[in-house]
Amino acid sequence: MAAETTTTTSSAAPGRFSGLREFWYYFSMNHGAVLGLTVFLLLILVAIFAPVLAPFSPDQQFREFIRMAPPWAGGTQPQFFLGTDEVGRDILSRLIHGSRYSLMIGFIVVTGALIVGVTLGLIAGYFRGWVDALIMRIMDIILAFPSLLLALVLVAILGPGLFNAMLAIALVLQPHFARLTRAAVLSEKSREYVTSAKVAGASHIRLMFVTILPNCLGPLIVQATLSFSNAILEAAALGFLGMGAQPPTPEWGTMLARAREFITSAWWIVTMPGLAILITVLAINLVGDGLRDALDPKLKRS
Amino acid sequence: MLRFILQKLALIVPTVIGITIASFAFIRLLPGDPILAMAGQHGVTPERYEILKEQFGYNLPIWQQYFNYVAGILQGNFGVSLATKRPVIEEFMTLFPATVELALFAMLIAVALGIPAGIFAAIKRGSWFDQITMGVALTGYSMPIFWWGLLLIIFFSGYLGWTPVSGRIALNFFFPRVTGFMLIDSLIAGKPDAFVSALRHLILPAIVLGTIPLAVIARQTRSAMLEVLGEDYVRTARAKGLEPNRVVGVHAFRNALIPVVTTIGLQVGLLMAGAILTETIFSWPGIGKWMIDSISKRDYVSVQSGLLLIALIVMAVNLIVDILYAVINPRIRVQ
Repeated sequence: MAAETTTTTSSAAPGRFSGLREFWYYFSMNHGAVLGLTVFLLLILVAIFAPVLAPFSPDQQFREFIRMAPPWAGGTQPQFFLGTDEVGRDILSRLIHGSRYSLMIGFIVVTGALIVGVTLGLIAGYFRGWVDALIMRIMDIILAFPSLLLALVLVAILGPGLFNAMLAIALVLQPHFARLTRAAVLSEKSREYVTSAKVAGASHIRLMFVTILPNCLGPLIVQATLSFSNAILEAAALGFLGMGAQPPTPEWGTMLARAREFITSAWWIVTMPGLAILITVLAINLVGDGLRDALDPKLKRS
Repeated sequence: MLRFILQKLALIVPTVIGITIASFAFIRLLPGDPILAMAGQHGVTPERYEILKEQFGYNLPIWQQYFNYVAGILQGNFGVSLATKRPVIEEFMTLFPATVELALFAMLIAVALGIPAGIFAAIKRGSWFDQITMGVALTGYSMPIFWWGLLLIIFFSGYLGWTPVSGRIALNFFFPRVTGFMLIDSLIAGKPDAFVSALRHLILPAIVLGTIPLAVIARQTRSAMLEVLGEDYVRTARAKGLEPNRVVGVHAFRNALIPVVTTIGLQVGLLMAGAILTETIFSWPGIGKWMIDSISKRDYVSVQSGLLLIALIVMAVNLIVDILYAVINPRIRVQ
């Protein structure tokens, strides 16, 4: 979130807040987006203060209360508000700690994909020629594979684990940034402000990153938000398939990996982690929709 | 038109070569020695190792290995599964219809519900119907579908007992395999109760796999309709006094359909990714589950060829969509 706010300020002229204010005006007209942002900020707070908020340690096993139902659904133990799992761990505490993983996955994957994708896209769009052709054909090849399948195969090569899963997802997501950046660079490159900077003697690096890049930020911010929620979903899917974070990590997808066994016996073990994923992803997508409406003048509500 | 198709074909040639390089590189990128990796935990004797090395051609220079690999593919030789010792292409072709049947049914649900929902949401823009539909669509779009599948199983299979939990058809039905589609084969064999069984097995996985495409199509249809409804020719049609249904159905919808068709086509890659999760949850004997099983069994020859075949199929479908797009939208062809 911090990244988004700062980028919006820097895209407006320095010292002028009207750009930001206008952005907030359009963004706040979208009630869904504001709701999503609120939920997302709350989640960040939950992740930061997880050890304080969680009633128990995520790994503490209460052997005498295995698969205890939530107190509001027939359980007898009010201290386990969302019940306990197959080895007697408090589900609520695991979910609270799990928020750290999901948000970390989102931030790291998006940052990685953004840095690599934007750099490649800038180089391709700026230099054109064979560099452009080479980079974009490689992006085409990556995009030709269904993303989850490619991530799975990459994890099979690298070995299962959260870090490798994040690496694989970042690699799969970055072509979208490269394509967007390249398209934006192509439309900006021939503008007069770029020519004047070039005439003034700006270096290639300066032209790419300082002159052109800030003017391509709108669509990149929207794509980053979408990728953030995609990264969380894909990491959860990899965890579910046993190829992401490994047990006993309280990652939400990993928590669901064994859940199929409890479909009939303990529905709360299945329901709660997925609900956490859905709420998080939905909140981020609501923010993404709001950002798109606010940043894309073409779709702006009249 | 022919020139357009040839142009498109020429453009995908480098991508196809890249896909073969990627799948060729896959086995060689596995940590450690590829033959030891394929042999698994049992290991091999040094003599057997040399034989295998020769058999897989690993003693040749890398470019020649790649050349042999591509030559094999062109002759339909995709290697032999390490797990079952059967040709991979045979296994793939046995399982592929199950995935296609599931994906087609999922797409049918997505299109049949998504397009009308999107149109009505656009016409009644800002109404409660629009807001609820778009809220539901965004929720569907945000859905972790593996969890969604588990929820549906809990409710419909566990609580209500309406649908089976896994598989394609009840085990007591036998009929010859003609098309590989259970729904069609059961009808050809004249067994309506087998058809019903197949349908009951299909419905939940199809809903799960169709959820995200449904959400995408509903959102895309709505925004395409909104864009078109603001165009001058729609205003003209209204001003002429045409009845509203005709304006929406003929003038607006036909033009809004173009981006929607593209969206539908672009869902194919998404469907393949979704099939991996859906088939795993419902034990659906298709390509997605086969890929997961092959990865966990370390059957790397199957993984390699599955990766290649899936990428090529997704690409072929996207190419067909591109061409269809040009057929319904002449503006593309002229560019």
